[in-house]
Amino acid sequence: MNAVNETPVSDIELLLPWHAAGTLSNRDSQRVETALANDPELARQFELVREELSEDIHLNETLGAPSARAMESLFARIEAEPARMPAVSFNLGARVRDFFASLSPRTLAWSASAAAIAILLQAGLIAGIVIKENGASSVSGGDYQTASVPSPFVGDGSFALIRFQPQANAADIAKFLEVNNLSVTGGPITGALFRVQVAATKLPTTDLANIVKKLQSDKMIVGFVAATQ
Amino acid sequence: MQTTSDDVLIGRIASGDRLAMQVLFARHHVKVYRFVLRLVRNESAAEDLISEVFFDVWRQAGKFEGRSAVSTWLLSIARFKALSALRRRSEVELDDETASAIEDQSDDPEVVLAKKDKGAVLRQCLSGLSAEHREIIDLVYYHEKSVAEVASIVGIPEATVKTRMFYARKKLSELLKERGIDRGWP
Repeated sequence: MNAVNETPVSDIELLLPWHAAGTLSNRDSQRVETALANDPELARQFELVREELSEDIHLNETLGAPSARAMESLFARIEAEPARMPAVSFNLGARVRDFFASLSPRTLAWSASAAAIAILLQAGLIAGIVIKENGASSVSGGDYQTASVPSPFVGDGSFALIRFQPQANAADIAKFLEVNNLSVTGGPITGALFRVQVAATKLPTTDLANIVKKLQSDKMIVGFVAATQ
Repeated sequence: MQTTSDDVLIGRIASGDRLAMQVLFARHHVKVYRFVLRLVRNESAAEDLISEVFFDVWRQAGKFEGRSAVSTWLLSIARFKALSALRRRSEVELDDETASAIEDQSDDPEVVLAKKDKGAVLRQCLSGLSAEHREIIDLVYYHEKSVAEVASIVGIPEATVKTRMFYARKKLSELLKERGIDRGWP
């Protein structure tokens, strides 16, 4: 493909199709909106883009759908396949997660025994996360992305002990870990506590205290949290 | 609202869950079919290809790493299958098909009436683009793929995605002009 070198084309102009389709980042979308508001010629071109978008959708929607033959052919081939062994490492986390997710918060809060089960399942779930993060599984693709920093069980960095609320479900915990850049590095220990790495380097005490305070503010997920070595 | 995410379905498929495969197929097969059909222009071939695409998903689900959306992964597989099928045809055949997409229709009296309908002419010109240009326009407009996702599916740098889309749109304007519609751009 040739470079765009016949006439200067701005980056904003190149982004118009994605702006029309609504697939730009907020930042880029805002840049395009600002440019459109100040450039009538660009705005006119954007109308052409919207026209193309509309007609391309129309064109594709009139293509119809495949016949049942495609599905029949597919499932005939699948039926002919030998039964496969489950991918253990992948499904361990998925199954624990599915089962855990199936327990409603109300059910979990209903009895102490249910809470105990939840903590046990949490342990399994988080253990699954730890196993995955440490490369025990050769198969990735699960939903969980915890911290971007590798998480050794032992090593430098700043750590905290944390206990999750029994009613917190798997998705909430995973999201909480991801949002706060936490890596589970150990646990559970007595009291259903997990050791999490909050930073890859040794933070000053005040910084670590601030992070712990921030984590503690999420009462829906965190039951207890404290700085540790 | 979808009760089970595509990622979860892929996880279940990896463990041999055929029901999960049916759900994933039901959810995506029409769009994958249309993407393939626009490339190969043959309904029977497109049906065969989507069967192959989803069979690959069945076999490869355990290797899916979740780095992209499942729909992006499906379109990547579909594109590879479609291009492989196209390569089995001769270049002459492809050129004839591309040419006929415009020329055959221009002889049709209905097209004369259709010229009054700018939208219909635009759709005809969209069909008259090269496979490369059809592909990128469909990915951006119909399949709602971001610059990064298109780059991943097509296997080209993001900067090239943007310029290729620009040239596809420019070519579209040229085709429209040939058919009497001057959009005043580029």
